[in-house]
Order: sequence, then C-alpha cells, then structure tokens
Amino acid sequence: MTGVTVGLPEIVAGFIVVALNAYALTGGADFGGGVWELLARGPRRDAQRALVARALAPIWEANHVWLILVVVMLFTAFPDVFATLGIILHVPLSLMLIGIVLRGSAFVFRSYDPRDDSVRRKWGRLFAVTSIVTPGLLGMVIGAIASGAVGDAARRLAAVHAGSPSSDGFVSIYVRPWLAPFPIITGVLALTMFAFLAAVYLAVAATDDALREDFRRRALVAAGAVLVMAGAGLVAADVYAPDVLRSLLGGGWASALQLATGAAALACIAALWTRRWQLARVAAAGQVSLILWGWVAAQYPWMIPSTHAIRTSSAPAVTLKLLLMGLAVGAAILLPSLAYLYRTFARAETTAMVNGEP
Amino acid sequence: MTDLLAARTQMAISLGFHIVFAEIGIAMPLLMVLAEWRWRRTGDAAYRELATRWAKGTAVLFAVGAVSGTVLSFELGLLWPGFMRIAGPIVGIPFSLEGFAFFTEAIFLGVYLYGWNRVSARVHLTAGVLVAAGGATSAGFVVLVNAWMNTPVGFQLAGDGRLTGIDPIVGMQSPAALEQVLHMLLAAYAATGMAVAGVHAWLLVRGGAPALHRRALMLALAVGAPAAVLQPLSGDFSARVVAKTQPVKLAALESEWETMRRAPLHIGGWPDVKREQTRWAIQIPAGLSLLAFHDPNAEVKGLRAFPRDVWPPVVIVHLAFQVMVAAGLALAFVALWAGWVAWRRHDVTSSRRLLMAVALVTPLGFVATEAGWIVTEVGRQPWIVQGLVRTSAAVTPMPGLIVPMLTFTALYVGLGAIVAVLIASLVRETASRHTTGDTSTAQQSQ
Ligand code: HDD
Ligand code: HEM
Ligand code: HEM
Repeated sequence: MTGVTVGLPEIVAGFIVVALNAYALTGGADFGGGVWELLARGPRRDAQRALVARALAPIWEANHVWLILVVVMLFTAFPDVFATLGIILHVPLSLMLIGIVLRGSAFVFRSYDPRDDSVRRKWGRLFAVTSIVTPGLLGMVIGAIASGAVGDAARRLAAVHAGSPSSDGFVSIYVRPWLAPFPIITGVLALTMFAFLAAVYLAVAATDDALREDFRRRALVAAGAVLVMAGAGLVAADVYAPDVLRSLLGGGWASALQLATGAAALACIAALWTRRWQLARVAAAGQVSLILWGWVAAQYPWMIPSTHAIRTSSAPAVTLKLLLMGLAVGAAILLPSLAYLYRTFARAETTAMVNGEP
Repeated sequence: MTDLLAARTQMAISLGFHIVFAEIGIAMPLLMVLAEWRWRRTGDAAYRELATRWAKGTAVLFAVGAVSGTVLSFELGLLWPGFMRIAGPIVGIPFSLEGFAFFTEAIFLGVYLYGWNRVSARVHLTAGVLVAAGGATSAGFVVLVNAWMNTPVGFQLAGDGRLTGIDPIVGMQSPAALEQVLHMLLAAYAATGMAVAGVHAWLLVRGGAPALHRRALMLALAVGAPAAVLQPLSGDFSARVVAKTQPVKLAALESEWETMRRAPLHIGGWPDVKREQTRWAIQIPAGLSLLAFHDPNAEVKGLRAFPRDVWPPVVIVHLAFQVMVAAGLALAFVALWAGWVAWRRHDVTSSRRLLMAVALVTPLGFVATEAGWIVTEVGRQPWIVQGLVRTSAAVTPMPGLIVPMLTFTALYVGLGAIVAVLIASLVRETASRHTTGDTSTAQQSQ
C-alpha cells in the first residue's frame, strides 16, 4: 500500500465502511445472539435464551438499517460496483436475503405467537439456525471480493459477452468465486467474530451474576476461536489470495493495524479475565472493527480488486456531494437518536416489559 | 419462461408483498398514537388497551415489512444491474434519504413498543409521532424514485446511453412526483384505516366488547374515511398527469385505440388487442376527454398513435385500472355513508347495515393498491425508465432466474400465510378476552 489520495470518492467509500463497521458491531452482534440461542446449555438454559431475546427485541430493527444504508450508499456512489456484485454474487446474496427474511420473521413470531411454548421454541430454533447461516454468507461474500475472484469472474463474463470463445460455464462465473476455501474461512471468521461480540455484550447486559458468568465463559472461548480463525484466514490467504496477504502484512499502515488488532484482542481477554465489563466491550468492538479495517486497507484502492478502483468507479461528483450532505444531516438526527435508544435499553432487566404488559 | 419474465415476476411479487406491510407501517403508528393520546387525555383505559393491542400486531407486521424491504433493495442489483448502473447516481439520493427515514422509524418504534414503562408519557407519545412521520417520509422518498422512472428528468443523454450532467435534486421533482406521492400516502391511510375499521366493525357485528371496538372503529374511520373520500379526487389528478406525461399508459389503462376529440370513457370491457377494439364496455361519451383534460373537446391519443413495440400489455393494465377504480368508489361510498351516519346519529355503531358494509370493504384498499401499482408498473412497459432504458436492457445476465423467482415466491407465500394466521389469532385473542369479560393483562410475551 502506497500513498493514499483522498478525494470525494475515497471519503464516501470511507463512510460506507463506517456504516459496514456499525452494522458489524450492532447487527452482527444480533446474529451472534442467535448463535448463543442455539448453544444455550446448562441449568440456566432458558434464562440465557430469555436474555438474548430481551436484549435484541427493542434494537435489532434499528441495527438492521445499517445494512440498508451500506447497500443504498453503495449503489448511489458506486453503481457499477453494486451492479457487478449483484451479477456475480447473485446466488450467495439471494441465500443471505432468504436468511435475513426468515431470521427477522422468526424472531418476531417467537415473541408474538400466541400459541403454546412448543411453537415458540420452533420459531426460536429457526431464528438461531438462520442467525448462523446468514452472517456466514455475508462473510463469504466479503471473502469472495477480497480474494479477487469476483473481479476475475466479472472480467471473464465481459469477455464472454464480447464474444470471445471461452469455456466458462455457470459454475465458474456464478459459483466458484464464493464457494471456495478462502471465502468459506472468512465466512466462519465473520460468524465467530459476531458470536464473540454477542457474548461480550450479553455479559455486560446481564443483570444476574450467574448469567453474566455464563456469558463471560462463552466470550473467552469465542475470543480464542476468533484468534484461531484469523490465523486460519492468514494461512488460507497465503495459499488462495496471496495478493491480500501481501498487503495485509505489507509495511506501514497495514502492520500498524495488525498490531493494534492484536493489542485489542489481548486487552479484551484480559478485561474479561479480570471482569472489567465496559472495557471488555470496548476492546471487543475495537478488535472486530480493526479486523474489518485491516481488510479495507489491504484492498485499497480497489472496491473490487482488479476491476473496480474507488477512483474510477464512482458516481459523478454532484451525487457524491449530495450524498455527503445527506449523510451529515442524517447523522445529526440519527446519532443522538441511536444513543438514546441504546441508553434506554442498555440493561436487559428481567422486568423488561413487552408492549406495556406488566 | 424467459429470464426477463422471471425477473419481472420476482420483482412484482416482492413489491406486491412489501407494499402491504409498508402501507400498514405508514398508517398503524398513527392509529396507535391517536389511541394513546385519547387515553392520556381522557383516562379511558379502553384506549390504552387498544394502543397495546394494535402495537402487538404492528410489531409483527413491521418486522416483515423491514425484511421484505431489505430484499427489495438488494434485488435492484440482483435483478436490474443495468438499471442501477445508469440510474443509481440519480435515484440513489432519494433512496439514501429514505434510509435515514427508516432509521428514525426503526429507532423510535423500538422506544415505542418496548418503552411503555421506561420512558415518560410525553417521550413515549413523541416516539410514536416520530414513527408515524418516519413511515410517511420514507414512503414519500421511495415513491419519488418510482415517479422518476415514469417521468425521468434532471440529466442529459450521452451517446452511449449513459446520463451526463445529472442533477438528482431536479430528478426528485419529476412531473409525476407530487401526483404519485399524494396518491400513495392517501392510499396507505385509506387502505389501512378502512381495513382496521372493517375488522372492528365485524367484531362489533359479532357482538364483541362494544366499548373497545366502538372506540377502535371511530379512530380507524377518522383516519381511513377522509382518505378514502379524497382518493378518487387524487386519482383524477393522477390521471391528468399521466395523460400529459405518459400518453401510452393512459391509452392502455383506458384501452383507447383511436386518437380523437370527445374521447369516450370505457367502463369495464375487455380490450381485444388483435382487433384493436374494446368489447363489452359501457361508454360515456366525451368522458375520457373530460376526465383526463377537464375539457370535453380535448384530444386524447389512442394506442394506434404509438408503435406497437412500445405498447404495454393492454389487457392487464386496463383490467387493473378498472379494479382500482371500482374498489376506490366502493370505499369512498362506504366512507361517506359512515360520515353521514356519524353526523346524523353521532354513533356509527347504531347502524348494523353500515357495520356490515364497513366489514365487507375490509380488503378493498389493499386490492386497489395492488391494482394501482400494476397500472403504474406494467403500464410503463417495455420501459424500466420511461423512454430511456428498456426493461430487457436492464436485466441481469445471470441465467436460470426462474429458480430464485420460484424460491422467493414460495418464501413469500409461506410467510404471508403464517402472518395471516398469526394476526388472526391476535385478533381472536382480543375478541375472546373481551367477550368473556376478562380484561386482565395478558401473559408475559417472552
Ligand atoms: C387505496 C388505494 C387506491 C385507491 C382507492 C385508488 N388508487 Fe389509484 N393508485 C393507487 C392506489 C389507489 C396506488 C398507490 O397503488 C398507485 C400506484 C402508483 C401510485 O402512485 O399510486 C395508484 C396509481 C394510479 C394511477 C397511475 C399513476 C401513475 O402511473 O403515475 C392512476 C391514473 C390512478 N391511480 C387513478 C385512480 C382513480 C381515478 C381512482 C378512483 C377511485 C383511484 N386511483 C383509486
Ligand atoms: C416506489 C417504489 C417502486 C420502485 C422503485 C419500483 C421499481 C420497479 C422496478 C425496478 C421494476 C423492474 C423493471 C420493470 O419491470 O419495469 C419494477 C417492476 C414491477 N413493479 Fe415496481 N417499483 C415500485 C413499487 C411497486 C409496487 C408497490 C408494486 C406493487 C405491486 C409494484 C409492482 C411492479 C410490477 C407488477 C412490476 C413488473 C412489471 C412488468 O414487468 O410487467 N411496483 N418495479
Ligand atoms: C423498490 C422499491 C422499494 C425498496 C427498495 C424498499 C426498501 C425498503 C427497505 C430496505 C425497508 C426496511 C427498512 C427498515 O429496516 O426499517 C423498507 C421498509 C419500508 N418501506 Fe419500502 N421499499 C420499496 C418500496 C416501498 C414502497 C412503494 C413503499 C410505500 C409507499 C414503501 C414504504 C416502506 C415503509 C413505510 C417501510 C417501513 C417498514 C414497514 O412499515 O414495514 N417501500 N423498504
């Protein structure tokens, strides 16, 4: 990674990553909640599940909007990138959407289905399973982009359309870019990170000490899993995406980011160990964010490696300016509102009420 | 089925599904807020009960609206990359503003639904107002996108088909913008208000808790009936804009073949595209000229004035238009009747016949909405952006689109059925609790 030129396209791209980062820390953690729903164990199994439900209910829809913001900003500012991702990654994105639909629906059905508990348990299970599949697919999509396979497929598709003879079939253009070892590992890494975040947040949100300890233990295990998966990612990158690895480890910024990521990981484990909950939360969020920005730095200046550079694939400057103005006004309303929402529901107390029912 | 047809079908089903939840998401928060406000003003506990009952249903419907909306925003790229490539920089701005409206909506819906005992009365009510305002705003912005697709402005056309010199702000003020936003918002209040009124009217006919349902009926009518009365007027405004800006669509929805002055209005009938005539329609002389241009001698262009390859599917568009207008007139009639009874007798529940009529029109607002969107969207074919980009040029090159189309159709059919059962059982729960006189609070929901 050499010099960084910052102009309108880079600023907008930066905000898209900020929104993606916010989605990872909020919506991502909500997916992680589903993991712990599925893995609820031991004498406090039902209490664990209830905590997940109470913590998510008031905020998951707001958290989900970050994803929509990412999509909308992407197609506004980088229409060609959006179009290309929509074409090459049609299959995993569609599967992810099915996951999003089923998970959101199952979550509210579980809360509101007036039928008996066994029906609700079924909705809970569907919620949990889709909470695992969906972020896995999201991670695979990112892995496919990062590995360079999407850009590669897009180029081959363009060649086919230009009439050059080729042996590329459906699988080689629409399946292989994402159904490959490196994307699969990034998928699992994303899932592990989200589960880790959720465990830390739930430990903070719990008002009952035993429950808090349950999630502390889970958070520690998950922290280890994140380290393992991140290591696996590096090994896989060495084999399948050497360009990514070179930039990830290449000097300057990139190494600084790697070092900071490691420091955050250690800080989080130490904080969990010594039961400093707020610190653990900040460190966990920092670690996940740094992993994300590490990917971004490694990929810079490409939106889609080898075909779409930030500079050359952006919308006209008027659009970018208007978008930034919209973002500024929107953020002025949004950030205080979000802060208010989180403050109001910071503690998932057992006395939490649904719809005013005492 | 060609890939293009599969893509169109998938888009139509996704939108047709989403729009029901979107309309409810626009109008239900207003109803909830009104009920809560009445409770805080009068101390009448039935209003509070109503607000919490409505909130339960809204929570479910809103979530389904949010996830189906997410599907739509991805589908723009999954199905129509060629459209987004060209139009993204211009329609992206209203879509982004819509995104912020969603945030407001979702944040304060959380506060509203789960904050009954956590925030003050004033904050709670304000949160409800913000949800209602956020819903209406987001609908307004997204309809601006659609209005631009119908009457695109704010750019120059470059030789390669790309747009240059774009101005998204001008793009948001396209000729169809005001007409469509007004008609859509009224549609949301009319459809949801009259449907909620219908459900409570039916429960009253069945003899359920009169105190609760009478209040519910009055509030729902207060929102739904004025909108239903205004909707034909707004529709007339829409038709005049369409006549001016999209003459092929007007000709198709009226199934008018010949260009003429004193053009007649066709009511009902079946357009025979091969013979280029409309059979079995009731004709009102000069009716169309009068409606479309407010002048009996105005010239209305017929389909023959346009090359066949830019005709939309005439039969679908014409029939859908007839369905919308019929449903709209029925709703307006029942709404006026309710207004008359309320004015003369001060109590809409005193007329059993009126209650039956309100119950009978329960689904019509949603039927009219679906039909209206079919008029707008199918009537724009073969264009995805009127006169600019053909739908066939916008579709994704990915083959096998029938598979995702069938998958999403199955998903939505299943989801729709589950939601229907769930809402029905929530309604039944309310009904039975009150008929047995048990007004104690419900079991914990979690
Ligand atoms: C409650 C729902 C409802 C009702 C009762 C009506 N409409 Fe409607 N109509 C819609 C709901 C709707 C809509 C929300 O579905 C549409 C689709 C696009 C739009 O902006 O509004 C629409 C579109 C639409 C259009 C096409 C606009 C365009 O393509 O730009 C026309 C000409 C009319 N309507 C006319 C009418 C008339 C003459 C009605 C008389 C009764 C009427 N509508 C009742
Ligand atoms: C306001 C937001 C809307 C936008 C931006 C929008 C956009 C689109 C797009 C991009 C397509 C595909 C291209 C085309 O066929 O022209 C489409 C098709 C379609 N949409 Fe919409 N739409 C909107 C609202 C709706 C709603 C609420 C409905 C409800 C039923 C609807 C019904 C349809 C139908 C039936 C088609 C298929 C038309 C055909 O191919 O014959 N649309 N729309
Ligand atoms: C192509 C067209 C459309 C797209 C891409 C789209 C996108 C979305 C998205 C992403 C959401 C989720 C927001 C959240 O998470 O809270 C949503 C919800 C919503 N949409 Fe749409 N939408 C479209 C058409 C429409 C139309 C035609 C209307 C109504 C007029 C509408 C009104 C709403 C409303 C009010 C909500 C709030 C959630 C709800 O009440 O269910 N949308 N839409």
